[in-house]
Amino acid sequence: MLSKLIKNALKQGHTNQRALAPFMTGVRKAGLATEATFETRPYKLHRLEEAPAAQATCTRDNAILYYTQMQMIRRMESAAGNLYKEKAVRGFCHLYSGQEAICVGIKGALRPQDSVITAYRDHGWAYVMGCTVNSVMAELTGRSQGMARGKGGSMHMYTKNFYGGNGIVGAQVPVGAGVALANKYLDNNGICVALYGDGAANQGQLFEAYNMAKLMDLPAVFICENNGYGMGTSVDRASASTSYYTRGDYVPGIWIDGMDVLSVREALTFCVDYCTSGKGPLVLEVVTYRYHGHSMSDPGTSYRTRDEIQEVRQTRDPIMLFKEKIVSADLATNEELKKIDIDVRKEIDDAVKVAKTDKEIAVQELAADQDHQFTLITYKLKCGGTLYI
Amino acid sequence: MALTTTRIAKTLAGSLVRSFSTSRVVAANQLNVRDALNSALDEEMERDETVFLMGEEVAQYDGAYKVSRGLWKKYGDKRVIDTPITESGFAGIAVGAALGGLRPVCEFMTFNFSMQAIDHVINSASKTFYMSAGMLHVPIVFRGPNGSAAGVGAQHSQCFGAWYSHCPGLKVVSPYSSEDCRGLMKAAIRDSDPVVVLENELMYGTPFEVSDEVMSKDFVIPIGKAKIEREGQHITLVAHSRAVQLALEAAGALAGEGVECEVINLRSLRPLDEEAIVRSVTKTRNLVTVEQGWPQSGIGSEICARIVESPAFHYLESPVVRVTGVDVPMPYARSLEVACVPQQHDVVKAVKKVLKIQ
Repeated sequence: MLSKLIKNALKQGHTNQRALAPFMTGVRKAGLATEATFETRPYKLHRLEEAPAAQATCTRDNAILYYTQMQMIRRMESAAGNLYKEKAVRGFCHLYSGQEAICVGIKGALRPQDSVITAYRDHGWAYVMGCTVNSVMAELTGRSQGMARGKGGSMHMYTKNFYGGNGIVGAQVPVGAGVALANKYLDNNGICVALYGDGAANQGQLFEAYNMAKLMDLPAVFICENNGYGMGTSVDRASASTSYYTRGDYVPGIWIDGMDVLSVREALTFCVDYCTSGKGPLVLEVVTYRYHGHSMSDPGTSYRTRDEIQEVRQTRDPIMLFKEKIVSADLATNEELKKIDIDVRKEIDDAVKVAKTDKEIAVQELAADQDHQFTLITYKLKCGGTLYI
Repeated sequence: MALTTTRIAKTLAGSLVRSFSTSRVVAANQLNVRDALNSALDEEMERDETVFLMGEEVAQYDGAYKVSRGLWKKYGDKRVIDTPITESGFAGIAVGAALGGLRPVCEFMTFNFSMQAIDHVINSASKTFYMSAGMLHVPIVFRGPNGSAAGVGAQHSQCFGAWYSHCPGLKVVSPYSSEDCRGLMKAAIRDSDPVVVLENELMYGTPFEVSDEVMSKDFVIPIGKAKIEREGQHITLVAHSRAVQLALEAAGALAGEGVECEVINLRSLRPLDEEAIVRSVTKTRNLVTVEQGWPQSGIGSEICARIVESPAFHYLESPVVRVTGVDVPMPYARSLEVACVPQQHDVVKAVKKVLKIQ
């Protein structure tokens, strides 16, 4: 029963918790709390008078949702890693394990009119923005049920209000500012969140984007996911200043502990208010850690120690921390969460099956999606076997 | 800083050397290229509120080449946006705005500076529709002056026709006349895909006769269709942008010697109107391509390849000759610069070589 309810909730765009309601009523009777309040991790501010809230209220619905989403991403990435090792995933594959609290926390604060654009570490983001696990996994293996039908691949996933998935380090940042420009121009009250890693934080075009966003007071939140390493180069070796939240200079900034999903959510709630009141952009630094290497070709051990990774897993893991929190606050029981884990695993297993067995789209579709007005281009095989459009 | 100074100097030089027209219509049926572009932009902005213009000096300065003259006064800060001199940033922002539901016209002060932003033109704009399997489209126009200019040296004087037309996902137009400029600019703005509009830096002040139809608010030239500017039966000259003028002048001179050239104005470089070229070559059985860009992997090279692969190849009576810019960065000195860009006598010589006449 529980598994069905969660599945329904997740299928219905992840934030629709109505499907969980009957279940909630049931457990309320069992004496669990309906909501609890937690201290957020201390924020550091740059050119801001006010900070995000020092306390975060988490309902039981939210607790279940965030836990499920984070666990789903963790399992999905493990499965993606395995598929890569089996050579079912080709080319690049950048895993988000360890960073789950960021996308789940941010999405928890966004409204339907808000948009997101990120870099190539995008599987988790695609999922929280509304892509099904099936469509993420099938895109990884290049199959027809992938949300881009196998034309995008690991780094190019999209859905409504989610503009990718950009494979060029830093390029998504001005593009995100442009989406924010459209929000402002169309007066739709939306904001755009543009994420980048600490490796991209030194890209020149970021500073061009900060500058124009500030000049035009665009409702843009630039978020540096600082996981400590740009590929194999540690932040200290790449950045003359590692205080990424201050690097927008004249753009106010916030430092956030990215291992605490509620702290991330509260910070973004603050950002939504800030940006929609016309105050312009913000630069956030969300500190996190990636358990895997930069991509699948990187074992991730030559530039850092196994002990370092182990220590983060044991002391700062975002799922573990959140689980302890919600169990100790009586928002959920260990048994329930175990049940969720089992359901998540089953959903991932099913998705892996699809990802392995689904067909790739027909080669006749190679030339489609080339021209918006004429998507059905007929193509012809010309001399020498060369394909011309 | 050096770059900025160069640009200012160049703009000043431009305004001194080339007198900007001050009236929209010189004579009853005459329209210069600048005003053709300006009126097309104006009418499309009037027609669709999501169309806006952004770029360096497009607003208060009225455009470095005055193409956007009067638009800021008419439409204000929201729709005519002056940007800092940061091409990568503002081109990326323009692409994002297109993804977000607007129809940006992104001006590069000249296409030479688009190299700073080519990642956004290619990777952000041209590939997204395909990568998203048709989920996201990017209705954006990248426009600005292109091609060899006058006296500005190597970094500010080159043709980007071959560069951009190489890339699937982009549409590339290279208008020659006022008619082309009006019709293709409107088509580009109304198109749902990214379109690169390569205006010719030296032709803004050139007047052309235009018909009432061209002045109609809905005058749109289909992207991907060439125009036969002059019919002839002895040889086909294929050109784009300012080289069309050169081809027409050469055709005029050759007509006096009894050689009738068919002059094709490509108008679009991608999609390339292969059918029009093949049809013409099948008729004339001879071909010369004319362009101002470099020879290697150029527009002429592409046309040659297409002809070799087409049935028209069997009709050729003589090898094709490409007339192109010289394969060097543009020199500064006047005599060298002239030697770098194809002249009328080069085209005449090429035609005579192909037709084996003295």
